[in-house]
Amino acid sequence: MNAPIRRLAVVVSLMFAALLVATTYIQFFQAQELREMAGNRRTLLDEYGRERGAILVQGTPIAESVPTNNDLAWMRVFDQGRLYAHTTGYYSFIYGAGAGLERSANSLLSGSDDSLFYRRIPDLILGRNPSGATLELTLDPDIQRAASEALGDRRGAVVALDPRTGEVLAMVSHPTFDPNEVSSHNLSAVQQAYVTLNEDSSRPLINRAIGGDLYPPGSVFKLVVTAAALESNEFTPDTELPSPLRYTLPGTTTSVPNFGGSSCSGGDTTSLFDSLRVSCNTSFAWLANELGAESLNDQAEAFGFGQSLQFPLPVTASRYPVDADDAQVALTGIGQYDVRVTPLQMAMVSAGIANDGRVMTPYLIDTVRDKDLDPIDTTEPREFSTAVSERTAQEITDMMVAVVESGSGSRAALSGVQVAGKTGTAEFGTSGAAHAWFTGFAPAGDPTIAVAVIVESATEDWTGETGGVVAAPIARAVLEAGVNR
Amino acid sequence: MTTITTFRPRTGRITELVLLLFAVGIVLLAYVNVGLAVNDEIPPNLQLHGGLLLAFTVGLHLVLRWRAKYADPLLLPIATLLNGLGLVMILRLDYAAGRDVGSLVASRQLLWSALGITLAAGVLILLRDHRVLRRYTYIAMVVGFLLLLMPMLPVIGHEENGSRLWIRIAGFSFQPGEIAKIALTVFFAGYLVATRDALSLVGRRFLGLQLPRGRDLGPLLAAWGLSVLILVAQRDLGSSLLFFGLFVAMLYVATERVSWIIIGLSLFCAGAVVAWRIFPHVQTRVNLWLDPFDPNASSDQVAKGLMGMGHGGLFGTGLGEGFPHLTYFANSDYIFASFAEELGLIGIFAMLMLYALLVERGLRTAIGAREGFGKLLAAGLAFSIGLQIFVVVGGLTRVIPLTGLTTPFLSAGGSSLIANWIIIALLMRISDHARRPVAERVTDDPELDTPTHAGVAP
Repeated sequence: MNAPIRRLAVVVSLMFAALLVATTYIQFFQAQELREMAGNRRTLLDEYGRERGAILVQGTPIAESVPTNNDLAWMRVFDQGRLYAHTTGYYSFIYGAGAGLERSANSLLSGSDDSLFYRRIPDLILGRNPSGATLELTLDPDIQRAASEALGDRRGAVVALDPRTGEVLAMVSHPTFDPNEVSSHNLSAVQQAYVTLNEDSSRPLINRAIGGDLYPPGSVFKLVVTAAALESNEFTPDTELPSPLRYTLPGTTTSVPNFGGSSCSGGDTTSLFDSLRVSCNTSFAWLANELGAESLNDQAEAFGFGQSLQFPLPVTASRYPVDADDAQVALTGIGQYDVRVTPLQMAMVSAGIANDGRVMTPYLIDTVRDKDLDPIDTTEPREFSTAVSERTAQEITDMMVAVVESGSGSRAALSGVQVAGKTGTAEFGTSGAAHAWFTGFAPAGDPTIAVAVIVESATEDWTGETGGVVAAPIARAVLEAGVNR
Repeated sequence: MTTITTFRPRTGRITELVLLLFAVGIVLLAYVNVGLAVNDEIPPNLQLHGGLLLAFTVGLHLVLRWRAKYADPLLLPIATLLNGLGLVMILRLDYAAGRDVGSLVASRQLLWSALGITLAAGVLILLRDHRVLRRYTYIAMVVGFLLLLMPMLPVIGHEENGSRLWIRIAGFSFQPGEIAKIALTVFFAGYLVATRDALSLVGRRFLGLQLPRGRDLGPLLAAWGLSVLILVAQRDLGSSLLFFGLFVAMLYVATERVSWIIIGLSLFCAGAVVAWRIFPHVQTRVNLWLDPFDPNASSDQVAKGLMGMGHGGLFGTGLGEGFPHLTYFANSDYIFASFAEELGLIGIFAMLMLYALLVERGLRTAIGAREGFGKLLAAGLAFSIGLQIFVVVGGLTRVIPLTGLTTPFLSAGGSSLIANWIIIALLMRISDHARRPVAERVTDDPELDTPTHAGVAP
């Protein structure tokens, strides 16, 4: 009987070997993944045990941890929570670090980031709970407030950038929410607030400035088309483009009218300059078809389309439909068909034109500081791409100045400061309802702020709201706050 | 002057005592560790708990010196260390649950440990020769089956955690399956020793396999039927796998025929697949096994256990520093995950090695045993511990679907503890018999001897 007992011993060894392999897999290879899993209370409890870093805007905390006397040693408090909700996100005991920097910069805030490794060693030796890093943001509270107040009750988003550096000066998404409601320690209230927020059909948790379903850009996309045309060296601002009353889409019998059915210049042709100034649909549809999808896509990508950024909030990539047929390419020329953008992307287009054609990488965290506020890491401005030549940038700037001075964007004009801009009215669906756009920068001669504004259609029907009427005044308020800073 | 020196065989009792004191020392350190980590004080009942553990285990050591001085010296220290660590973790979870000193689960567990150790001593004192058990082969069968089926009775049968494994009489709940495991091992050993010739030698060869005769399949089919009944009626894959696996393993050891394993495993797989097809509770378990993190899953028990183990990582959080109490049944079914969280991968490797060593000592005893019944009994008892660990820990770590078995010596619960101490006592008794030098043997009762080689007449 000894031989089968020995073989049985081999079977037992194999069973134990399987257990050793399985535990090693779970506790070593899978451990990190398990720790980061949503709803892992252990990770949360661990993080609640130490002081989380604050998020500062010009030295004032917009999110900080305050000591409590209950089981969870620290509670997250968001001062001006609704104003900065999509930037900070929330920090909930039940639902974890969600949305905003609380999630994207969690490892820094919680102190577990690798860049903090050497600073943790003394804590480890002294047996102190390590504390997280503090984030100093690039946001300007005056511009942020101006943007939020100007947008008011309307759904939409505003993004303002410093075109010279890429600093995000304002980022607003409406409707907003109060992160304190889901971050408190009253767990049943938190649960209720969370359910309400998630069931809200207006989707307040979505940061419309950088994500969500994205928007059709409408006429603001004409900036990209113009850039492509000028960069091709086959067009100048003075090139006359055919601008019929209706443009028949190639290969179809469908035709595109101008906005309101009007002629663009009274004649059969309109210069590129005037086409952009009055936002002529037929000439841009013709131009897009002339340039082709590839050229438009290249130009769009030069401005940042097709790339998802992490700044460190995750930005959904804007997209240009590369596989469009001729008729669809013509439609993309006026920002319709399947072109989809984030407001941040349109702000980058304006910022690139404002900064002599060089798009700067947008960033939100200016400085990472340790708990004694000594800087650990400071973000240096980095060039994202050279989207257009300096000459092209100057030519487009002149056109955009004309849009505000004598075109569709007159309501964005500021007294004493030259504003460059472009309006857009982007149709969606089939009922004719449209979102209102404005993007631009100021002062035109030496830009310090670039902005993109979108105001969602209030209804599913056309109510006569255009970018020039609804979005331009909001952009004006933001630019005013920006040029005066 | 003489050229003959007397050779004194080593009993190993000194080794055993040293290892035993070492084991109790580790347990006491762990006790202090938990108290300091959780309450910033040395546990007030340290002297009482430590003293009792020391007194009872040293007492068992003395019984071994008296009644089984050639018993394997590793069995007692390993069992003591595991039992003690279980007590520490249960106390740690008592603290986490905020239980006051009067209602500590750890205190109850300590009493059960004392009872278990006392029963083990009783077995060693009363059972001078394990071969006596062979006389009770069929009584053991009846007792085993009855115990096994008791939870299915109305009134006293009791369901917990989806499995019907308990009986509850006058406020005491008991898992009779644990004791049934011993009774059935005795029955299997006695039965197989008697019938192994027929089972191993008769039959046709087919495709290189020695196939049994149709009528010899009877016992295997009976065991299979019983295990399927447990799976369906008690909703427990663990016990089912344990009993059937144990039977097949012992059948193989007795007959040395691989065909039995193949037939047995095919039968079990077929039964399991049919049960999975038909019964929703089996499907639930399988779904939890395949995708524990499914947000629509019926339970997040497996997921929570895995998160706990992941939280422990390589080195663990340290005793008292983790959150094992966030997992359900943290001090019983999931106690191994609790250790994984607080002692880390390193800690549970050590604990798995302790179990492996325990099983290895048991199998070594089986190899050393000089007659068939002892071999089969020792191999069966040792294998049952190994298989049980595999089923329990494999369930937590998603090697197999989760089941509701206890972790030997660690889990809170009296029946399991008592059963396992009795198993240890039986292994001690068999190993004493196996290692005893010829000169010191009690005159063997020839009736008690059974052949170790199939078909060879004594």
